[in-house]
Amino acid sequence: MGFLQAYKMAIKSIRNNKVRSFLTMLGVIIGVSSVIAAVAFAQGSTKSVTDSISQLGTNLIQINIVGRNSNRSITYEDLKAFSQENSEDISAIAPQVSSSGTVKYQTKNTETSIIGTSPEYEEIKSLHVQSGRFLLDIDVEYLQKVALVGTAVVNELFEGQNPLGKSIKINGQIFTVVGVLEERAGGQDQSEDDQIIIPVTVSQRLMRSAAIRNFSIQATTPETIDRAMEKLNALLFDVYKDENTYRVFNQAETLSTLNEVTSSMTAVLAGIAAISLVVGGIGIMNIMLVSVTERTREIGIRKAIGAKRKNILVQFLIEAVLVTGIGGCIGVLIGVGIIRFIIEGMNIVPAVYSIPWMVLSFGISLLVGVIFGMFPAYKAASLNPIEALRHE
Amino acid sequence: MIHINDMYKIYRMGAIDINALNGVSIKIEQHEFVAIVGPSGSGKSTLMNMIGCLDTPTSGACFIDGVKVNGLNDSQLADIRNQKIGFIFQGFNLLHKLSAIENVELPLIYQGVSAKERYERSITALKEVGLEDRIHHKPSELSGGQQQRVAIARALASAPPLILADEPTGNLDTKSGKEIIGILHELHRKGNTIVLITHDNEVAMQAKRIVRMQDGMITEDRKVV
Repeated sequence: MGFLQAYKMAIKSIRNNKVRSFLTMLGVIIGVSSVIAAVAFAQGSTKSVTDSISQLGTNLIQINIVGRNSNRSITYEDLKAFSQENSEDISAIAPQVSSSGTVKYQTKNTETSIIGTSPEYEEIKSLHVQSGRFLLDIDVEYLQKVALVGTAVVNELFEGQNPLGKSIKINGQIFTVVGVLEERAGGQDQSEDDQIIIPVTVSQRLMRSAAIRNFSIQATTPETIDRAMEKLNALLFDVYKDENTYRVFNQAETLSTLNEVTSSMTAVLAGIAAISLVVGGIGIMNIMLVSVTERTREIGIRKAIGAKRKNILVQFLIEAVLVTGIGGCIGVLIGVGIIRFIIEGMNIVPAVYSIPWMVLSFGISLLVGVIFGMFPAYKAASLNPIEALRHE
Repeated sequence: MIHINDMYKIYRMGAIDINALNGVSIKIEQHEFVAIVGPSGSGKSTLMNMIGCLDTPTSGACFIDGVKVNGLNDSQLADIRNQKIGFIFQGFNLLHKLSAIENVELPLIYQGVSAKERYERSITALKEVGLEDRIHHKPSELSGGQQQRVAIARALASAPPLILADEPTGNLDTKSGKEIIGILHELHRKGNTIVLITHDNEVAMQAKRIVRMQDGMITEDRKVV
């Protein structure tokens, strides 16, 4: 008996038990579609985060000052002078004093993050001003109480009024709105829109802290980034004499750390979904065992008229693999449907259609059929024909 | 055709041994029509299982068509069942989900016969039992007599030299039973060897040779003139 014949028999048997075959498939369908959807979701989240990071520019360097075990600390002026000396490697530098605070306009309040920085921040972070202007050197120098607001803040406080020229209160101090930031593309990175930018010197006073702990630095090109980082490291070591008190890093490093995190997230999600595939496989074994008992007489008849053990084994095995295979196909289709209509349709994260994961999960569903079909098929093949024929 | 020599079959039921076959020797020649008769528990079904290569004896030898069956493996036994023996059962034993012709094709599928040849041979077999107008009916759409005729067609499809019929009329009314016996006679006339197992004397009397069994032994073996 050929393989094709066994295949035909299996198809016939599946079609003769449509409802049961479908219920058997269900485990695999759910397993495969959830693997695909979970992986798509994980990869979509990764993509959205990496996209917004690389949007910031790959030649961006960050400095964090973490320790204060030194009587001397680096200042904005130091770094500014340093960047001018090394203008072939460093094109811009902006300090960053981040805090959060209550912003009030007339009777409305909102909590938002407040960033104190310099005019260079606009270029370094590729921010765009939608109306009004960005910070000017003069604002920093003369401690002007001016502020740029993000679109989220505008929506919260101004309700359609033009915020330009309006007075707002940040932690009780009066500021004048001089500009509105453009909304970030896609609106995925809400934090970029929910912020207020003020001159660094003003924020230092507002925070009552002299030391600036974060700086954003732009290398001239992505190629000079390593040299710029080396120089910055040397400068900082000169000041602090301790490598543990400061950190110099760039987006490439952040990206690779992030990739590690997200790939383990993908693995965890896929692993959880894979468990449902295994559970589906156990369901198949269960049903197949019932089916073997139910079809004992059929097996007896087949054996009496000349079916070999091998024939029965192959028949049941193919049946199991076909069930999981068809289930796998349906699962892939449903998985793609989930990506298309739920993840993409509801704009949760960018849609990622991962062909390798689809092939893999389909392959696993076939494997599940082989593994969990083997025992019932073996049991069927080993039936004694006389006893099988006597079975009612 | 069949040669059974001093065969024993002992079933162990708890502490008691049951001698289903107690030293049976029998020779059946080609082109015979033999009825094996006996009450239930006489060992006739066990003997049939031995001839049909469905069971292995505790001791003793069985030759079918000159081939010693004892000691053959599962696959070789399956081949003998497939090619040398056509089974007809009391309960018909058709596959309910398959149509008449698909049931008849089954032994040919296991033989590896091509689809076209399978179809032709099955049609021929179904014609032989007078069911050419019922080939696509499912067993549930056929009467008992018709179902048994499908089973006979299935037994004939692979053209085996030996037809083994186990109480073929047991589930049938008298009229259908007579038809089935008629078909068996017809097959015998055409050259098949037929072994008929029954507890019914009247049915047994139709055969050319009657073997009576009791308590696992042959008590009478005579030719009908």
